[in-house]
Amino acid sequence: MSQLALVIDLNVCVGCHACVTSCKEWNTSGTAGYMADMNPFSKDPTGTFFNRVQSFEIGEFPNAETVHFPKSCLHCEDPPCVPVCPTGASYKREEDGIVLVDYDKCIGCKYCSWSCPYGVRELDEHQKVMKKCTLCVDRIYDQALPENERKPACVMACPTNARLFGDVNDPDSEAAIAIRERGGYQLMPEWGTKPANHYLPRRKTRITIHEDELVRVDNPLRKERQLPMPDSDAPTLDDVTSW
Amino acid sequence: MHPAFSVIFLTTLIGVGQGLFLALYTGQLYSVVKVLPVEEATDFYGIGILIALAFLGAGLLSSFFHLGHPERAWRSAACWRTSWLSREVIALPAFMGMAALYGLIHHLDWNPVLYTFRETFVVDLSLLVGAFATLLAFTLFLCTGMIYGCIKFLQEWATPLTVVNYTLLGSASGFMLATAYAAWQGSEMTQFYGGWAVILTLLAFLTRVSSLIRNARIKHRSTLQTAIGIRHARIEQKSQGFMSGSFNTREFFHGAPQAVFSAVKWLFLITVFPVPLVLMSLGLVLGVEAMAIYALAFVIQYLGLLAERWFFFAQANHPQNLYYQTV
Repeated sequence: MSQLALVIDLNVCVGCHACVTSCKEWNTSGTAGYMADMNPFSKDPTGTFFNRVQSFEIGEFPNAETVHFPKSCLHCEDPPCVPVCPTGASYKREEDGIVLVDYDKCIGCKYCSWSCPYGVRELDEHQKVMKKCTLCVDRIYDQALPENERKPACVMACPTNARLFGDVNDPDSEAAIAIRERGGYQLMPEWGTKPANHYLPRRKTRITIHEDELVRVDNPLRKERQLPMPDSDAPTLDDVTSW
Repeated sequence: MHPAFSVIFLTTLIGVGQGLFLALYTGQLYSVVKVLPVEEATDFYGIGILIALAFLGAGLLSSFFHLGHPERAWRSAACWRTSWLSREVIALPAFMGMAALYGLIHHLDWNPVLYTFRETFVVDLSLLVGAFATLLAFTLFLCTGMIYGCIKFLQEWATPLTVVNYTLLGSASGFMLATAYAAWQGSEMTQFYGGWAVILTLLAFLTRVSSLIRNARIKHRSTLQTAIGIRHARIEQKSQGFMSGSFNTREFFHGAPQAVFSAVKWLFLITVFPVPLVLMSLGLVLGVEAMAIYALAFVIQYLGLLAERWFFFAQANHPQNLYYQTV
C-alpha cells in the first residue's frame, strides 16, 4: 500500500519560508475555500497555515548552530487524530495514505487537534472547520499539469531542494532511498503514531588528520639526503630501517 | 490546554443532572428493599427528574457553543465505534430520554407491578426503567471521562482517575442538590441523600487529590529533543514561524499567570470539599428545616466545580506546546 509523504532535509533547509508562502498561495486558491486571515493589516493578525517553519538554536555560543525546522501534517500511518473524530470528517485515504478532513462534515469540535501531538491541525477562524496539510491532493493527481509539476506546492517552491516528495513505502522512490541512506527519522516516536513524513538530520563533513600524516617520517627529502637523516632509534614506517 | 467555558459548563452541568438522577433512583431502590420509607411527597420523583433534565439540557445546550458548526452536530453520532466523543453524543440524549421516561412513569403514576419477590419486594416498571437509566448514567460518566482519558499524550488526563473523578464529582454534586431538593419537599429522604453527599464528596476528595499528586510528579515523555529529533542537551527555540498568535497558541495554552493558576487550585480544593462538607454536616444536624444550608452547600460546591474543571483543562500540558515556546 502506498504512503505518500514528505522527506525534509534539515541539512539544507535555510528557513526561507518559501514553502510556507507557496503552500498558502496554492491552498488558499483551492476549491475547498480560502485559508482565512483575520486582522491581516491590524493588531494581532492571525491566519490558517498548513505549514510553518520554526527555528531552533542547538548548543551554546560559540558552539551553536541554527536549525530551521519546517512542520506540517506528518500523515501518520497510525494517525491518532482520525479515530477520535465523532463525525468521520477526518479520515486517512486507503489508496495513498493522505490524512484529510472533509470540510462539509467537520463540526469544528477541535477534538482532533487535541489528539495530534504535533499541533499541525488549525481551526479556520472563518470557515470554522479544522484544516491541515492535504499534501496538495488537488495538485499531485492533476492531469492538466506537466508530470514534473505534480508535486506539493511546498516541494516545488523549495530553493534548496530540502523537501522530497514520494511514496515512502516504495523502496525505490527518492523519498524512501533518502530515508534509508541518509538517516531519515520520525518526530516523537514515543507515541507510536508512525509519522509518514521523515526528517533528514544535519550532517557535518569532517576528516580526521593525524600529525604523522602531515609530517611524514620517511620524508623523501631525507632519502635524497636534502634533509638530515633521522636518528637510528627514531620511528619509521616499516619499523626496520631508520632512513 | 485552554479551558473552554462551553466544555466546563457541559461537564459540570450534566454531572449534576446525572448525580441527581442517581440520587433519586437510589432513594427509590432503598425504599423498595424497605431500608427507607416510601416517598410520600406529591410527585417527588417527577419534579426531581424535571430538575435533573433542566441541568442535563443546559449542559447539552452549552456544548453547542463549543462547535464551529452546531447545525451539523447530528453528524457526531456517526463514529461511535472509535470515538468516545461520538459515544458521549449518543449516551447523553439516551440517558436524558430514559430519565425522562422514568420521571414520566412516576408523574403519571403509570407504574404497573412487574414482579413481586417473596411478597415483600415489589418490582414495578419505574424500577426497571430506572435501572436502564442508571446504566446509561454511568455509561455517560465513562464516555465523558474517556474523552479526556483516552488521549495518551495528554499525560495529565490519561489515567483511570479521570473517569473516577468525573463520576464521583458529578455524583457528589447531584446528591448535594438532591438533599436540598428533598429538604424543600420536606421529604424524609433528606438525611439519606445528605449522608451520601458527604460520603461521595469525601471519596471525590481522595481521588481528586490523588490525581493532583500524580500530576505533580508526572514525567513528560515528549521533550524538545524528541519533538525535533535532535539530540542535544541545550536546544532553544528562536522562532515559532510567526509573530502574532495562531490556533496553536490560543487553543493549547491557558494563558493565565502562574499565581492565578495556583489560586484556582486552592480555590477549588476549598470550595468543592471542606466548605460543602461543613455546611452539609451542619444541615444534617439541623434536619429537614435546613434547606437554605443544603442549597448553599450545593451552590458553593458547583461554583467550586467550575474552578475544578478550569484547572483540569489548564493543567493538561499538550506536547504540541513544545513547538510554540518563543515568538
